[in-house]
Amino acid sequence: MTIASGYLPILLMILLGMLLAGTFTVVGLYLGPRLRSKVKDTPFESGFVRDGTEGSRYDVKFYMTALVFLVFDVEIVFLYPWTVQVRELGWFGFTAAMLFIGVLVLGFVYDWKKGALEWE
Amino acid sequence: MDLILEILSIPLVQSILKIAFIILLFAMPLGTVLTLMERKWSAMIQDRVGPNRANVGNYTGNGLLHLAADGLKSIFKEDTIPQGANGFLYLIAPFFGLIAGVATFAIIPIAGPIGDFTFQVTDIEPGLLFIFAITSLSVYGAVLAGTSSNSKFALLGGTRASAQMISYEVFMGLALMGIFMVYGSTRVSDIVNGQNEYWFGNLIPMWGVFTQPLGFFLFFTALIAETKRAPFDAPEGESEIVAGYFLEYSGMRWSAFMLAEYVAVAGVAVLMTTLFFGGYHVPWLHLWESAPQWLVTLLQIGKFSIVTIFFCWLQIQLRWTLPKFRFDQTMSLGWKKLLPLSLANTALTAVVVLAFM
Repeated sequence: MTIASGYLPILLMILLGMLLAGTFTVVGLYLGPRLRSKVKDTPFESGFVRDGTEGSRYDVKFYMTALVFLVFDVEIVFLYPWTVQVRELGWFGFTAAMLFIGVLVLGFVYDWKKGALEWE
Repeated sequence: MDLILEILSIPLVQSILKIAFIILLFAMPLGTVLTLMERKWSAMIQDRVGPNRANVGNYTGNGLLHLAADGLKSIFKEDTIPQGANGFLYLIAPFFGLIAGVATFAIIPIAGPIGDFTFQVTDIEPGLLFIFAITSLSVYGAVLAGTSSNSKFALLGGTRASAQMISYEVFMGLALMGIFMVYGSTRVSDIVNGQNEYWFGNLIPMWGVFTQPLGFFLFFTALIAETKRAPFDAPEGESEIVAGYFLEYSGMRWSAFMLAEYVAVAGVAVLMTTLFFGGYHVPWLHLWESAPQWLVTLLQIGKFSIVTIFFCWLQIQLRWTLPKFRFDQTMSLGWKKLLPLSLANTALTAVVVLAFM
């Protein structure tokens, strides 16, 4: 199987997913009624008059989570080649991988102690 | 006749037929029926009757006609766009969930190959890495829907969804490393065939759930958190932020989000079946050597469907059994418990594989 013939069906699947979502959107836009009013167009806020402060502030915790995620996601990307070749690489590969994980665990412990994982 | 056979032997035509079969006859109907199944099962748990009114003549089909009624209703509902919303991002947000849900089925085999013909749309080398890539696409759906709606509740839902989904993506990848080590591949067909071997003669099949019991629980937890269903439904938070990131959506676009959720539930079920319950392999069937090929294939499709439906049911049962986690509990469960556990599982599996296999 060449690379192209293996991945072409996936492209077709993605197109099918887009087609489905596109059909949903178009059908809803054209078959539904359109009765606009000022109140209906305002974003929902449990009946309160909105004060227009949407999207002004995020909790810094979300940025911290994104940073920790970046570190660990890159870590697991490096580990995949080792996991599929674990028998061939033997104990040498195991030691190397454990050293790699060990360094990251040190960083993880530092994150934990610094309170980057706390959500109170 | 010859011409038809010749057309059918073109790989691209085969792929299109397989895609049509697995999406239009398996994934989509399952996702649609799951919406009713969830309402019926939650009704049973809460001692109600559940949906039973939609009828044609006097025939209600025990609530089955609600599927058609719901679809028709949402087609003819108004499609609202809130004031101040970012029109383009608001438009494309529902696409991501459906694309991710549909594309998951591309690498799932639903029966064993007959000769050259496989019951799998494509068997690419990266296999599950592709699944990780495509499921992380659905994060964009939630985040874009949340930020483009210009609504406080939607924004809260969207940010929560982004933090939760990227966190659980890490554990999802880590939890499967054990599986990659035991079966020595990320290709789905290798993993499924690896599960067709047996321990102690012909006693116990080498299913993922037996070789990787901890990995099974970790992966299942991570997948449920990825689909943002209870007990990890803080991003949707029905009781606090109303519906979270898709709060402002209505009509068919809202349906697109709901369908994407249920297709994702079906996707979780087929992944669990394929990776941890032997895929399509019927245990101990190889002992019956004179089994005709058509019967084997039918049994394989049957076994695959039964385990898949069991996992769909299990997710619904979990949603209506467990109380939901607060958002901080979700995050600390992930980072402080699941991450160390899955790292330990990876190291332990490596030792066992190197020492005994």
